[in-house]
Amino acid sequence: MRYVIIGNSAAGIGCAEGIRKTDKDGEIILFSKEKQHTYSRPLISYWLEGKTSLEKMKYRPDHFYKKNKIVFRPSTEVVSIDPVGKTVRIQKGESVSYDKLMIASGSKPFLPPMPGIEKVKKRFSFMSLDDAVQLEKQLTPESRVLIVGAGLIGLKCAEGIRSRVGKITVVDLADRVLPSILDEKASAMIRKHLKANGIDLILSDSVASFTAKTAALKSGKEIRFDLLVTAVGVRPNTEQAAQAGLAVKKGIVTDLHMRTSDPSIYAAGDCTESQDVSSGTQRILALLPNAYMQGECAGINMAGGNSVFDKAIPMNSMGLFGLHMVTAGTYEGECYRKKTEDSYKCLYYKENVLKGFILIGDIGAAGIYTSMIREQTPLDSVDFDLLKKNPRLIAFSKDEREQKINTRFYREPVKG
Amino acid sequence: MKRVYVNEKWCISCHLCEYNCAFANSGETSMVKALKGVTIRPRIRVEENDRVSFAVACRHCPDPICVKSCITGALSAKDGIISVDSWKCVGCYTCICACPYGAIQPDETRGVVQKCELCTRNSCGEPACVKGCPNGAIVFEEREKKQ
Repeated sequence: MRYVIIGNSAAGIGCAEGIRKTDKDGEIILFSKEKQHTYSRPLISYWLEGKTSLEKMKYRPDHFYKKNKIVFRPSTEVVSIDPVGKTVRIQKGESVSYDKLMIASGSKPFLPPMPGIEKVKKRFSFMSLDDAVQLEKQLTPESRVLIVGAGLIGLKCAEGIRSRVGKITVVDLADRVLPSILDEKASAMIRKHLKANGIDLILSDSVASFTAKTAALKSGKEIRFDLLVTAVGVRPNTEQAAQAGLAVKKGIVTDLHMRTSDPSIYAAGDCTESQDVSSGTQRILALLPNAYMQGECAGINMAGGNSVFDKAIPMNSMGLFGLHMVTAGTYEGECYRKKTEDSYKCLYYKENVLKGFILIGDIGAAGIYTSMIREQTPLDSVDFDLLKKNPRLIAFSKDEREQKINTRFYREPVKG
Repeated sequence: MKRVYVNEKWCISCHLCEYNCAFANSGETSMVKALKGVTIRPRIRVEENDRVSFAVACRHCPDPICVKSCITGALSAKDGIISVDSWKCVGCYTCICACPYGAIQPDETRGVVQKCELCTRNSCGEPACVKGCPNGAIVFEEREKKQ
């Protein structure tokens, strides 16, 4: 049996680990476009900030490929897939055959048309370690940095470089920061916090045109900068899958076994669509935990096992300048909200289940809420008033508590 | 493998497990030095109301969602014990967002997370919470075969 994996991040690594749970000896060949040992992509901002190192960023230990008997092919891009001949073609015309194929090709930065952007010489994306290394080389204490995009990537970049540059301006078309994971009130709180930490935010505005070192905004404002970081959004890498005739919508379409429309080809991670349990919709969930779990599920199935990944939900956890936020699920339905000077909590619930939550500041035991969303725990089976105050197991029924803390291991409740 | 199990029927809400845990993981040899005048950071926590109380620590799940969710690779499972490599951890708290038991805590002093490692990384030898539980509410048992 030969397994070919395209991609060396969370989904690809999860796939290899999933395969090895079942098949200890099958041949695994893993292709990576990048040259590095597997590393954690979300850590690039921590690296710029000096909170981690290239060594610590390795997502798995040095002996990972050897120990798992993986033939690792770095700096090798797969250019096309032939699902009939069951081969992948890499650069220089070499073809490699597979019995089972994993596409974990990730996502790429999305850049909307911005007139004059080609005139900007010092321009960076912020997705890969190479991006971060290139940006790092240009940072000086005097640098004026313009970041286009006030989402997760743009703001983590801002945090990562804040102490190393002179000035940071973040521009976003949206009227608030982190619109994908925060509601309005939470955004306002983070916005204030960012401002207090020296980040200039310009919202509800966008770049009309660039010259080499200036950006003219639609509002008429002009921003002078030395370095430009574009972090507007990401798009799944689906080209090879689409060319191979696989079903692709926004992302590569899979079933709950992570199988694509071709029974020998699986896909996982940022390049795929997921069935979001919290919203009931097909969405792209470009999140590391989701990628790993999809990849692992696919790997188990590729090796002949039987695994289903039907628990996908959005979930994010991050800090910005010392303020932590944990969020999960979908913000719909009724809302329980509590705000203090330095914390914020909002629980969204509807039709007897918790749909989503936002916690800022006090994030302890947040996973109890997350699991309620994931498992769609009926709210009439718990003491929800107690849970509103704090996420605690004591709010669950006696039987549930017994299951959780006094049985061999917790079995997920069977859904009716 | 042997795991920590908690029977809420026997818990008397004395919180000794929290103190014993904090002491065992403090690196100090004197309990007074370890606990007096400091905010303790136990890896086990007692939940209680006026009717019931029990302690909660890591369940060392066989299929651990915290390990799968860890963005750095700092959390790993070895011989069934889930531990955190604080050298690698960046304190993003994704595991705290994932753990269904609320059993992983921030360690704000070091900017990482902490969790129960069954006292395998301190000098206690066996789980300190179990050893010090005065009413047998917390036990360390092999139950895998019974199923």
